[in-house]
Amino acid sequence: MATPTLDKTDKAEAGFADSPFIMATFRIRRFNPEVSDEAQWQDFQIEIDPKERVLDALHKIKWELDGTLTFRRSCAHGICGSDAMRINGKNRLACKTLIKDINPDKPITVEAIKGLTVLKDLVVDMDPFFQAYHDVMPFLITKGNEPTRERLQSPEDRERFDDTTKCILCAACTSSCPVFWNDGQYFGPAAIVNAHRFIFDSRDEAGEQRLEILNDRDGVWRCRTTFNCTDACPRGIEVTKAIQEVKRALITRRF
Amino acid sequence: MQIHKYDTVIVGAGGAGMRAAIESTKRSRTAVLTKLYPTRSHTGAAQGGMAAALANVEEDNWEWHTFDTIKGGDYLVDQDAAEILAKEAIDAVLDLEKMGLPFGRTPEGRIDQRRFGGHTRSHGEAPVRRACYSGDRTGHMILQTLYQNCVKEGVEFFNEFYVLDQLITEVDGVKKSAGVVAYELATGEIHVFQAKSVIYASGGTGKFFKVTSNAHTLTGDGQAACYRRGLPLEDMEFFQFHPTGIWRMGILLTEGARGEGGILRNKDGERFMEKYAPVMKDLASRDVVSRSIYTEIREGRGCGPAGDHVYLDLTHLPPEQLDAKLPDITEFARTYLGIEPYTDPIPIQPTAHYAMGGIPTNVEGEVLADNTTVVPGLYAAGEVACVSVHGANRLGTNSLLDINVFGKRSGIAAAEYATKSDFVELPENPGQLVAEQVERLRNSTGTERVADLRTELQECMDANVMVFRTEQTIKTAVAKIAELRERYLNVSIQDKGKRFNTDLLEAIELGNLLDLAEVMAVSALARKESRGGHYREDYPNRDDVNFMRHTMAYREVAADGAESIRLDYKPVVTTRYQPMERKY
Ligand SMILES: Cc1cc2nc3c(=O)[nH]c(=O)nc-3n(C[C@H](O)[C@H](O)[C@H](O)COP(=O)(O)OP(=O)(O)OC[C@H]3O[C@@H](n4cnc5c(N)ncnc54)[C@H](O)[C@@H]3O)c2cc1C
Ligand code: SF4
Ligand code: FES
Repeated sequence: MATPTLDKTDKAEAGFADSPFIMATFRIRRFNPEVSDEAQWQDFQIEIDPKERVLDALHKIKWELDGTLTFRRSCAHGICGSDAMRINGKNRLACKTLIKDINPDKPITVEAIKGLTVLKDLVVDMDPFFQAYHDVMPFLITKGNEPTRERLQSPEDRERFDDTTKCILCAACTSSCPVFWNDGQYFGPAAIVNAHRFIFDSRDEAGEQRLEILNDRDGVWRCRTTFNCTDACPRGIEVTKAIQEVKRALITRRF
Repeated sequence: MQIHKYDTVIVGAGGAGMRAAIESTKRSRTAVLTKLYPTRSHTGAAQGGMAAALANVEEDNWEWHTFDTIKGGDYLVDQDAAEILAKEAIDAVLDLEKMGLPFGRTPEGRIDQRRFGGHTRSHGEAPVRRACYSGDRTGHMILQTLYQNCVKEGVEFFNEFYVLDQLITEVDGVKKSAGVVAYELATGEIHVFQAKSVIYASGGTGKFFKVTSNAHTLTGDGQAACYRRGLPLEDMEFFQFHPTGIWRMGILLTEGARGEGGILRNKDGERFMEKYAPVMKDLASRDVVSRSIYTEIREGRGCGPAGDHVYLDLTHLPPEQLDAKLPDITEFARTYLGIEPYTDPIPIQPTAHYAMGGIPTNVEGEVLADNTTVVPGLYAAGEVACVSVHGANRLGTNSLLDINVFGKRSGIAAAEYATKSDFVELPENPGQLVAEQVERLRNSTGTERVADLRTELQECMDANVMVFRTEQTIKTAVAKIAELRERYLNVSIQDKGKRFNTDLLEAIELGNLLDLAEVMAVSALARKESRGGHYREDYPNRDDVNFMRHTMAYREVAADGAESIRLDYKPVVTTRYQPMERKY
């Protein structure tokens, strides 16, 4: 049995102990229609431990420099899906991105995710995103009488759709998709991921209906397999693979 | 100002709020007001599991579960309520499965179960497998499943609406709930919701601590709104400190990690829990483990240069097991600490986790105005409420259970009350209190900053009313909180706008935290004993003669406007289990 020894464990501590604070510049895309119709970039310089999260940096700016800076957040550890944003041009969760991992030597750009209307600073209108989710009937549909105990499901059947149950509806995938940027009618990867979660659940009996919905001209066939969504997903979901599986199911009608 | 009328209004869309909404929407015209999009609620952070004596993997029954809950709560649990919790647990889990929740499965295809702290066979003989789970994201799956079913039922949500005031009208000498007042984040508009029934399901208050597993948004808004309108808060001194938060950050590493075989070790590599809890060891109840960790740290056996933490060791578990059962928490260690849990132990420290106290209710979720009188039309469920099924210390996996059982009960009770009652007249100028509060903050030219006061409050709470308390530390906290409340009158904000003014809302949330911190400290000062999560070094023993009773704290306002807290007590409901010494 491995027993911890001091030298083995000091990685984390040593990291904390000798980590000097650094000066970092955050270049943030600001927009507030109460003030101006134009969005503009604004630079903030702060002293911060590079092992902290981008969310910590945004808080530091809001709490110490500019209280008007506006963004959504709640859990601060990547499970609530509030704070997807474009950081150095890539979609990420601010609370899951450590400053040291995004090269703080240069100004770090932070802007709202693309393809959804910006309402203020980093806050976008999420309603169209949730509407697409609602449209795929994201709930278990079964027929016949309910059993008195639980429905049985083998561990293998349970595993089949495990990946897509992880989704936190953060919109990082959908708002990284060039097809979605060009056409907001496209369901987008997140809705397809959530349809996948039910189509491949052995207990569900409405797979055909969901597939028909996704067979629509704004459905899965719009996907150009650019893999942006998979790269963007903070939950590590293989989004593109899920979309491919839905496409295949549409062709073979087997799922 | 807009006025809306609904039969039932639910405040909060976490597990408790949505479970209630699914029931009440079927029975009455319901609106759910929530300051976060429903799927952002902190129920989604819960990892380990939900307790129910399904007996799917080994012998178990609800009576053992009842006993464990009562013992875990150090006999401050209302035993009638605990019995309901344990009995209805089985249907609560089955309901969720039928709604689509993807539970982990046994080879036979049944819902799988695992061990969790304090859950035992035959009244403490040995750990039992009672926690139903979905990997280490059970809360996420509960939240998603309930949201999915709210979509299915057509539940009406008002997202990013902050409820800031509870409306009460006196009718023939009886205080009745008339509705709530909410602030709309997107527009800055104030909305009055007149409702026959109101259910608070607004979650916990952990943000008055610095090292906490709670979200930034858990600021006790519901507790504060009711308290300010003269309703009592029960057992607020009881707060749970979870043994395994990520060192300094407080992010939770589920007890399920120890359920899977993880071991706590001090700097000498010693499995120290063997000394403190010879039978249950690392799976003793949370208050016991948290105190043991701090005892190790205080006696110089903590790890790291400052000796301020211990290790959670998972290195002896096969990587496949960690990947299958604990994927999220191992990823937290990698992301936030740069540690590989396959090979390195994880630095941890206790983290402020769960409010056992809250708005007092009976088992139907009806809110109490004093020890016995209910407030007609007012309900509460989930972490905001105190039924009390958790007593002085909640067992792991009993809260996801609580939100489902009492969320459902209150949803049904509130909707049924609404269908047979009339609207209560709104008080005059119903939006006035909120409008004044908002205007005062927007126009203030004060010199204090919200962030400074909040940091000072959090540091004071961590230092003085955490795992170990004494008369002196609590008095220090009471004095500091009084100072901060005074300075709060002089805060100003920078954002004066109407649109998405989170600067303003953080200021309001701080006001709630200050009020609740004061109630907690004053309640803790008066409780001269140690019980569950409340540990007084100057009174290290449980005192059943004087303190086997619930604290009820009321806000009093004197004629000259001076505010104070009045403490009263409520008897514990004891049915079949007489208090015994708690050993693990
Ligand atoms: C990290 C972590 C892990 C946990 N793991 C477990 C576990 O494994 N098992 C277990 O049993 N328990 C666990 N718990 C405890 C359990 O998850 C919580 O106690 C429970 O989920 C609380 O649910 P709730 O519905 O009461 O509140 P929440 O889920 O916190 O929801 C609160 C809701 O209220 C809304 N709200 C708040 N204020 C306002 C306002 N002013 N106006 C309008 N809406 C408002 C919010 O928007 C939100 O929708 C864990 C807790 C944490 C923090
Ligand atoms: S699939 Fe991933 S990126 Fe897309 S919404 Fe879900 S969690 Fe976010
Ligand atoms: S704040 Fe919750 S995901 Fe980032």
